[in-house]
Amino acid sequence: MSQIPKAKLNLSRFFTGVGPETGPILLDRRRVYILPSRSGVIFALVLFAMLLGAINYSNSLAHALTFLLASLGTVSMLHTFRNLRGLKFHPGQCHSVFAGETALFPLRIENNGDPRFAIKLAWPGQAPIIVDLAASDSRWINLPCPTSQRGRLKMQKANIYSRFPLGIFHAWGHVQFKTECIIYPRPSPERELPLQSISHSEAQGDRGRGSDDFASLRSYHAGDSLRHVHWKAFAREQGLLTKQFGGEQTDELWLNWEALAGLDVETRLSRLCRWILEADKLGLDYGLSLPDKQLPPGHGETHRHACLKALALFGNESK
Amino acid sequence: MRLRQKSKNTFSEERVIPPRIGLLWLLGAVVLVLSPHLLRQPLWLSLFCLAVLGWRGFQLLRNWPAVNKWIRIFFTFAGFIAVLRSYGTITGRDAGLALLTVMLCLKLLEMKTQRDTMLVIFIGYFLVIGQFLYDQAIFIGLYLFLAVLVLTTALIFLNHPGSQRSHWRYNIKTAGGMLLQAMPMMVLLFILFPRIPGPLWGLPNQETMGRTGLSDEMSLGSITNLVNSEEIAFRAAFETDIPPANQLYWRGPVLWHTTGRHWRGIAETDPLTQRPPPDFTASGEASLYTVTLEPHDKRWLFALDLPASISIAARSRVDYQLLATKKVTELTRYQASSYLQYQVSSLAPDLETIALHLPLRANPRTRQLAQEWRQKGLSTNEIVTRAMAYISEGNFFYTRQPPALTGPNPVDSFLFDTKRGFCEHYAASFTTLMRAAGIPARVITGYQGGELNTQGNYLLVRQSDAHAWSEVWLDDRGWVRIDPTSLIPVENVETTIDASRFRSTLAKSLRYGDISWLTRGLSQMRQNWDAVNHAWNQWILGYGPETQDEFLTKLGLGKMNWQQIIALMFGLIILVLLPVAAYLLLRQAPATDPVNRLYQRFCQQLAKRGLPLKPGEGPVDYANRIITAQPEWASPVQQITALYTALRYAKVSHHEQFLELKNRVADFKP
Repeated sequence: MSQIPKAKLNLSRFFTGVGPETGPILLDRRRVYILPSRSGVIFALVLFAMLLGAINYSNSLAHALTFLLASLGTVSMLHTFRNLRGLKFHPGQCHSVFAGETALFPLRIENNGDPRFAIKLAWPGQAPIIVDLAASDSRWINLPCPTSQRGRLKMQKANIYSRFPLGIFHAWGHVQFKTECIIYPRPSPERELPLQSISHSEAQGDRGRGSDDFASLRSYHAGDSLRHVHWKAFAREQGLLTKQFGGEQTDELWLNWEALAGLDVETRLSRLCRWILEADKLGLDYGLSLPDKQLPPGHGETHRHACLKALALFGNESK
Repeated sequence: MRLRQKSKNTFSEERVIPPRIGLLWLLGAVVLVLSPHLLRQPLWLSLFCLAVLGWRGFQLLRNWPAVNKWIRIFFTFAGFIAVLRSYGTITGRDAGLALLTVMLCLKLLEMKTQRDTMLVIFIGYFLVIGQFLYDQAIFIGLYLFLAVLVLTTALIFLNHPGSQRSHWRYNIKTAGGMLLQAMPMMVLLFILFPRIPGPLWGLPNQETMGRTGLSDEMSLGSITNLVNSEEIAFRAAFETDIPPANQLYWRGPVLWHTTGRHWRGIAETDPLTQRPPPDFTASGEASLYTVTLEPHDKRWLFALDLPASISIAARSRVDYQLLATKKVTELTRYQASSYLQYQVSSLAPDLETIALHLPLRANPRTRQLAQEWRQKGLSTNEIVTRAMAYISEGNFFYTRQPPALTGPNPVDSFLFDTKRGFCEHYAASFTTLMRAAGIPARVITGYQGGELNTQGNYLLVRQSDAHAWSEVWLDDRGWVRIDPTSLIPVENVETTIDASRFRSTLAKSLRYGDISWLTRGLSQMRQNWDAVNHAWNQWILGYGPETQDEFLTKLGLGKMNWQQIIALMFGLIILVLLPVAAYLLLRQAPATDPVNRLYQRFCQQLAKRGLPLKPGEGPVDYANRIITAQPEWASPVQQITALYTALRYAKVSHHEQFLELKNRVADFKP
């Protein structure tokens, strides 16, 4: 058992922040750091030159101005610090996107004090999002994050910084929530649905009411009325499909991993992803069959998300 | 899993493009800062800067394209060479500032990024200091403080990407507030920061103009127009009573050598001047006073006859002229004491020789007159009286435009022919006459009299008060001052302006201004203003290494070494910054809006019932969620939400709606 108390000065916190957190983050004085900016260093050099000039010419007002500017710089440190201190950050829910798209990590900035200006949020080394906050104002910010792979995207450490008002001091803090974003696989450009795997299930046929109601799609057979061709799908180069109307039956589409045998994992997932999107667009009931997971046919936003999430996390679920 | 693409060009705050309104403000600030410089600098530079400023302004307003890189490089070289050709150098105050002006204008031409604009602001601050090297008057100080305020405002604009034109009021307020908050620390630094005596490097000669009405050489007859500058030579505040005007002789250079026409002092290189001045016995009280001397680029310090002590590093020459250890290139304050009644004990034989020397051939009639007096057997005192009577009764005139004395014997011409001149003619001639009669004599230059400022209770001495008089050595009384100019009868003074000058040199009374109420009022205003200037000079401009020492000693800090002073300074700086920090950081957040408070109470009520407001949830979404969960609360919830959103997001606040919201929230007890 160690009796040594924790060191108060934690340098890693200074450089990297405290790691991901769940709740709201309040940038109190211990979490706002401040150092002169590069312009601040130049300012200091200019002040030194001014002082030399003032001494050389024994000029009282030159002394006074040099001292005034030095004091102004010092006071500006307090202002810059205050501009950041006391801001509160709340995590938001990240909406899933497809790999290659930009994920948005939402944050709410809450200002319980005086107006703040030019508060900048950015991933390290990236261009910031800049916000001004009125007194007692609160604002949602979406931090965009480009994605390239499917899976869980954890929120990176974001820098919150400001140089307002004079730009000669740089105050910063870190914000990192345990927020994560599900990144779906990139949908394959091939849009044709595996319509041969449509199964006709009469038992569940309770959706069609009357012969004019759209029920499902099947591939075009010679002799089908052209009025029933799904032209939009054709325009999307999905082949000729015939809309089926009425009847007491729905078609269930099984989107099967096994149907894509011979392709590599990511391509298969990409194709499945496209199938889900197409089936969803056409309003079909679709099920997803993966080696480790079966999702029974269904439709709607929640079902779509469940299927896409299964694809996104395929092979990584244990983690 | 690395999902984020890493960009090779990492973002840099310095390369941000600042907001346009910030750039426009920057241009405005630069105009303010440059104006006084441009008035002084060569025409080509002024025109170039104005062209750049104008072009940049239009470029910003009309979105013109940026200037080609090669054009900028060309201007850089051209500017450099032009400064070199105009000034013959690129260092020193004038050329250095001209070069800085060129650099600023070139930077204006190319500035694009945040870093460029910040640099322009910093050069702007530097040029403000540059202006102080020429003029430190109160108005210039105020004007340049305004320039600093505008520069700082521009800096705030530039550091606020969301800047809008309408922010100017807020930004000026912020800049002003920050400057105000910086004041206490500035005052501390000003007082305590150890002042190092300059210069650190050489000051080129032309940098401080000789503005004095005095010279350590005198050439009879060649000057036919007297200096009539109203410029201030120095101010003297008396601790003891102000002496009567006919005692106010401010001693400057003493002229010993003469060629008959030219007079000059003993060269500083002459070992004679290294000798300590002879002792004198003083009678009466010493006069104590503080002189605030305007820079005149000479080593002379002025004190009343005869100076006994001085507070700054200086020495008294053998002829009691005070010399500072270096040239007075800055406003200098010193305390001095003088004895108005004195008797110098001795005149060294070698100095006596000089004081009797006259060129052999020059001015024969003057010598003849003196010889006549001698041959009549007149005593030394009688000869002096005789000579004085010769001037007072000899129909001599005072004029500022005397006839030229071009002949080989200028003193002869003056004493016997023209009889018109000003103090130099009289002092030189009288001294020549004395020497011819075998009485050791010399010419003293300096200032006479001064204008009493009743507001500040000090004497204001102007360049137009420059004067010259004689001293003769009388064995029983030592050196005795004789001011031959004062012997001219009043009616022989040519013009009214001369009369007023003459009255001052006559030293009958101090000038209190004229009798007319208007002149009196104007003179009163002038005196008030000069009193302000005097305080400014004394306490701000004159604050240098010596004054600092003196002031710290008065504060009881005289015994501290500079390390201790610096430690004390930092301690005090922290002390004065604490209130500022407390004001900025501890200030309570402004009380939340009463509407918000009511709504928060409403939310708390609901939270107690298990329906808290989710983070980020808007009031309408929240209301819908509650109504879905608890349809029986629909009516009050909807009303409260509607009132709240109306009050919160409408620009105008309606008191009735507010009261209704208040009642509804109070009634809402789910």
